Amino acid sequence: MSEKTWKEVPMGGLILEAGNAAEYLTGDWRTERPIFHEDKCKQCLFCWICCPDTSMIIKDKKVIGIDYDYCKGCGICMEVCPFDAIEMVQEGGDE
Amino acid sequence: MKMVLSGNEAAAYASMIARAEVIPAYPITPQTKIVEKIADLIADGKFNTQFIKMESEHSAMAAAISASLVGARTFTATSSQGLLLMHEMLHWASGSRTPVVMVNINRAIAPPWNVWADQSDSIAQRDTGWIQFYCESCQEVMDTTIQLYKICEDNDVLLPAMLSEDAFYLSHTSEPVDMPDQDAVDTFLGKFDPPYKLDVENPHSFGSLSMPHQWYMEFRYKIALAMEEARKKIVEVDREYGKIFGRSYGGMLDLYRCDDADIVLVAAGSMSSTIRVVVDELRENGAKVGFARLRVFRPFPAEEFRSLAAKVGTICVLDRSFCFGYEGAFFTEIKAALYGIDNPPLVRGYVIGIGGRDVTRNSLINIINDSNNPEIKGPVDTWVDLKRC
Ligand code: SF4
Ligand code: SF4
Repeated sequence: MSEKTWKEVPMGGLILEAGNAAEYLTGDWRTERPIFHEDKCKQCLFCWICCPDTSMIIKDKKVIGIDYDYCKGCGICMEVCPFDAIEMVQEGGDE
Repeated sequence: MKMVLSGNEAAAYASMIARAEVIPAYPITPQTKIVEKIADLIADGKFNTQFIKMESEHSAMAAAISASLVGARTFTATSSQGLLLMHEMLHWASGSRTPVVMVNINRAIAPPWNVWADQSDSIAQRDTGWIQFYCESCQEVMDTTIQLYKICEDNDVLLPAMLSEDAFYLSHTSEPVDMPDQDAVDTFLGKFDPPYKLDVENPHSFGSLSMPHQWYMEFRYKIALAMEEARKKIVEVDREYGKIFGRSYGGMLDLYRCDDADIVLVAAGSMSSTIRVVVDELRENGAKVGFARLRVFRPFPAEEFRSLAAKVGTICVLDRSFCFGYEGAFFTEIKAALYGIDNPPLVRGYVIGIGGRDVTRNSLINIINDSNNPEIKGPVDTWVDLKRC
């Protein structure tokens, strides 16, 4: 993506295509990582409702994991989970 | 059509004849008459434009930028403190590549309050990425405003431009001004049609974020290139305007009797007319004096100054502003332009007319006489007509 030169980029800092936020992987902002413990999860989906980055991965109406490409590590999912099914660990440490 | 117009009225009529579509503005002495005249023209049914009364100059420029992004031809006007309040948005206008055209009345900066001619307000906007012009007459205000739309809206330029005229000497002095025909101006300017605009049918993001590893530096580089394009365009447009409308102003640098001159004065704005009179008088007495009027300050006419310097012995630069801690801005920039040339002329800097102090024939004669003085003085010693002990 960064290979474009001054000749290819449009003037004025314009972004020509709409809906390109998905191209920007915000996961590298994370300093803490949420770990999902499926065994404790009761599938209440509080975490899915509350995650500001829509990073709870849902399949067949059930949480199956976390999308680390976009999860910023805010810890909201851990905070709202009534069953301690999400744990925050230091990024770069043991998982 | 010939009319008797002040510099302010000429600016208002020029925005009309150029068909500015959106005019967000905030009044300030001595610019107020521009806003009033535009309101009159709208009320009289002569001018079909969207006039927006803003709550501040900062907001006025924000609105002008937005209107320009939609693809509307935009005009505004301000002065002094108002221009300073706009400063942040001036950067935004050039950064977002909106060809807003603005008339600034050169007025001193407070404190103490002083509403008279002084170029410090626009000089302080030097690095905002705006094209900067200085005018000598009300007619030139009219013609240059029209020219600026042609220059700025060119797809290779797309930068905002500021036209400055001295407080009262131009803003409130009336003289005969010829307003070109509407049809001819329409043909000359064409429609403003930027390559990208705010359009729900074809959405783009404006004012985005760019990281250090991405293209912020490249976006800035493109502004630098656009300024170089503007340099060519300014000369071209002035020439073309001259062919069609019969008036042109010397392109980047307006030379007057410089061909065989030993001493050349350099200045911008309304004092130019006084200088021409003095040059004529001295020429009659056999002195080889000329005048180079700084019509464009950004982009800077460096090449034009180098050609001039090759032919003259002394250049006296008159600054109606001062950069504290150094010297007048024109003086600094002209010397920088001449760096490294063979046999450079003597370049002397004079600070004159600050806060509207009159620039008289005698002040100018004293400068020319002083230029023969071989002793180079520091910048604080060359304040002309200062009340000294
Ligand atoms: S840490 Fe924040 S961003 Fe990541 S999954 Fe939980 S709520 Fe979403
Ligand atoms: S909030 Fe906790 S229990 Fe509820 S779905 Fe999310 S992880 Fe499972």
